[in-house]
Amino acid sequence: MSIASERDSEQADWMHHPVGGGIVTRRIVLWTVLVLTALFLVAPLVLIVTSGFSLGVGVFLRNLTEPATVHAIFLTLLTALVVVPINILFGLAAAWTVTKFDFRGRTLLIALIELPYSISPIVAGVAYLFVYGSQGLLGPLLDYLDIKVMFALPAIFLASLFVTAPFVARELIPLMQVQGTDEEEAAVTLGAGGFTTFWRVTLPNVKWAVVYGAILCNARVMGEFGAVSVVSGNIRGQTTTLPLQIELLYQDYNVVGAFAAATVLTAVALVTILIKVTLERYSEVPQSGIGH
Amino acid sequence: MRKILIALAASVSIASSAQAQTPNTLLNVSYDIARELYAAINVEFAKQWKAKTGQDVTINQSHNGSTRQARAILEGLEADVVTFNQVPDVQVLHDKGKLIPADWQKRLPNNSSPYYSLPAFLVRAGNPKNIKDWDDLVKPGVQVIFPNPKTSGNAKYTYLAAYAFAKSKYDSAEKADEFVKKLFGNVPVFDTGGRAATTTFVERQTGDVLITFEAETNGIRDIAGADKYQVIVPSQSLLAEFPVAVIDKFADKHGTQALAKAYLEFLYTPDGQTILAKQYNRVNDKTVAEKFKDKFPAVKLVTIEKEFGGWDKVNAEHLNPGAKLDQLFGGANR
Amino acid sequence: MRRRVIPGFGLALGTTVLYLGAIVLLPLCALLLKASGIGLTQLGEILSSPRTLAAIKLTVSMAFAATIFNAIYGLLLAWVLARYSFPGKRILDALVDVPFALPTAVAGLALTALFAKNGWFGAPLDKIGITVAYTPLGIALAMAFTSIPFVVRTVQPVIEDLGSEVEEAGRSLGASDVQILWKIIFPAIFPAFLAGCSLSFARSLGEFGAVIFIAGNQPMKTEIVALLTFIRLEEYNYEAAAAIAAVMLVMAFIMLVITNAVQVWHLRYVGRGEV
Repeated sequence: MSIASERDSEQADWMHHPVGGGIVTRRIVLWTVLVLTALFLVAPLVLIVTSGFSLGVGVFLRNLTEPATVHAIFLTLLTALVVVPINILFGLAAAWTVTKFDFRGRTLLIALIELPYSISPIVAGVAYLFVYGSQGLLGPLLDYLDIKVMFALPAIFLASLFVTAPFVARELIPLMQVQGTDEEEAAVTLGAGGFTTFWRVTLPNVKWAVVYGAILCNARVMGEFGAVSVVSGNIRGQTTTLPLQIELLYQDYNVVGAFAAATVLTAVALVTILIKVTLERYSEVPQSGIGH
Repeated sequence: MRKILIALAASVSIASSAQAQTPNTLLNVSYDIARELYAAINVEFAKQWKAKTGQDVTINQSHNGSTRQARAILEGLEADVVTFNQVPDVQVLHDKGKLIPADWQKRLPNNSSPYYSLPAFLVRAGNPKNIKDWDDLVKPGVQVIFPNPKTSGNAKYTYLAAYAFAKSKYDSAEKADEFVKKLFGNVPVFDTGGRAATTTFVERQTGDVLITFEAETNGIRDIAGADKYQVIVPSQSLLAEFPVAVIDKFADKHGTQALAKAYLEFLYTPDGQTILAKQYNRVNDKTVAEKFKDKFPAVKLVTIEKEFGGWDKVNAEHLNPGAKLDQLFGGANR
Repeated sequence: MRRRVIPGFGLALGTTVLYLGAIVLLPLCALLLKASGIGLTQLGEILSSPRTLAAIKLTVSMAFAATIFNAIYGLLLAWVLARYSFPGKRILDALVDVPFALPTAVAGLALTALFAKNGWFGAPLDKIGITVAYTPLGIALAMAFTSIPFVVRTVQPVIEDLGSEVEEAGRSLGASDVQILWKIIFPAIFPAFLAGCSLSFARSLGEFGAVIFIAGNQPMKTEIVALLTFIRLEEYNYEAAAAIAAVMLVMAFIMLVITNAVQVWHLRYVGRGEV
């Protein structure tokens, strides 16, 4: 819990002769960082937005109201609507399991929860192919039952679930670890049931972290490209999510349209960051990086 | 947990309803650069079909490197028809998936290939590197753009055309190998499909020459302007067939057999052939070909059958994993 | 093993394990099964083929280069954010998260457009003979972009928490700025710094979306491991695809273990050196 304003006053106390506080050093370091950041982090954002609007607002809006792009936006929202709630539930269950109880294999379980985070999305996509593809483990069974998973919405949901599985759990675990189990134990001793305890004691303590994890999860789901591109089949206006639609438009010679769609995703990213900053200022969410 | 299950069940049912193929919906899985072509074909076909039967049809398109598309179909992408750019990508649907009968090529005229084309060159205005023919491409300092021959049928033709040219020019297999190796060495970027390669050349202004189907080179020149690009048809090239097929297993399942057959037959009608020729594809219909003959410069075309002894032989000698293409294209495969 | 007071262990553990099993472990097992079904000799052949080795070498070395860049730039950035106050600091702080929030494909597209020969940066760089797009340099750039926040966000809080006492004690003993920096400050932030760098490296190894647009995808030259997996799949070469994907999986797992070990050490260090 360190709020920026508090930090500033804290700093001011020992800013008499801090290392690197000399005016020359300070200038050099600060400007180096600012210039690098402008070139490295800001330029891509500016390029996306200016390219999206390069032919004017009318063309920008026309590009976004193309039926195929509208469908891609809809599909992306639908995917987020399915994936984020499921991963919130999973995150809560997982964090509850590894922070409120001590059991053998706990460390292994934490490692497994974190695993998708460090796996390349391509590997995830390929792995799903080996399960649900016609030649995969369950392929013949699905064929027999006539259930379509690959190259249809379920595959897009599954790949997105995989990629963002750890997002909520990662935010909750450190926080709940710090909070310990005293409050819950007290509640249980006073006769509260498991769900009441969870609902009345645990959840209020971590509600902002849940919101925060959900927002990060959402941003990642909406932007997932690698895993979805392996499993979606790329059927125009049917299984193209927004990131895939961007690639498609780009290759249809509609560069401005591609950047218009990219502008939408960039806006989602900026809103995500805005919410994050707001949450950090007004809640118990610790200062930390996204997804870390 | 129940919530999760309900959510999953709901999502699956939404998904299956979205995917439900009605008898008047077709999925045409096609090669990468056929986007504009089938956009035009579909409009005209839908109009004629409605006039004939009173039925509205929806035709969905999926475009990508054709080898990649064939694999997706084998993995379960339920295409009603395929419109590809090389025979092996259709053949594999029989060989590996038994989705179509062995004699699929006999079901429509010209070995089920309603049009043909050839690898041609697109250079920047004024042809600054003075590229006229295949041997200009291996000169040092010339940057050539074409897609990855392992994932794109389009680039497989480019590889084979270059090889055939070198073989006829130098009359030795070693020299031909060396020639193709040099050609690969001049390619700064390999995209997975023809259209991505085009984008690299046009949007990113990378490379001096793009090698792709003649239809695509003309299409780009028309869109971007003759003041920016110039089409070069080399002295010799390779005839590229564009085989089409109804995918029986899925068409039967969706009840779209009749519609799918009519759709492919439309490509052979004068109307279909006209749309094809307008987009710079070479056609076999005598009247249409005569009408558009100014669009198509004369060129010596070798064929897979005569030059290479057929696709089976090409696959065994060149395209299969570990064969010649792999050896020339960056390290042995296995 | 403590006696459990809190109920709900069975339900929570069951849900967690079931979900992980269905969503994460099932596909990964299917992948490993496929890879293990090909026999050791063939596996060895696939993995030791020049093209696979070149791809692995390229991916690892570019991830390393990206991490080096991020180590320096990220450290400076964290330092500026933690120790200086200046107008617009909040904006700079928020910008650090852009690479995490921005979809990788969008980032790849934007970076390619920036650094292509006709791009804002590519054109002037081209004049002085530096090509970024479609070269290993471009790959490293895309990797660095997507993983920069890891370094900043792990180091920043530690620099913020450095008490002034240590520094002032050093100063009163007559240490110079450089000595304080080197002997006092750097050792204190080193574990966090290392943790951030290893996270950044792990992320770079698996990055696909951003890299794919800017890499040249040339076998032996600019082809990353993730793309090679993709290409092997397109060639119907499932065994090779599974084998290469399995190698990536193992690399990811090893990186995860290393990162966790570093973080545990870092936490201990922080606990021990509490000021």
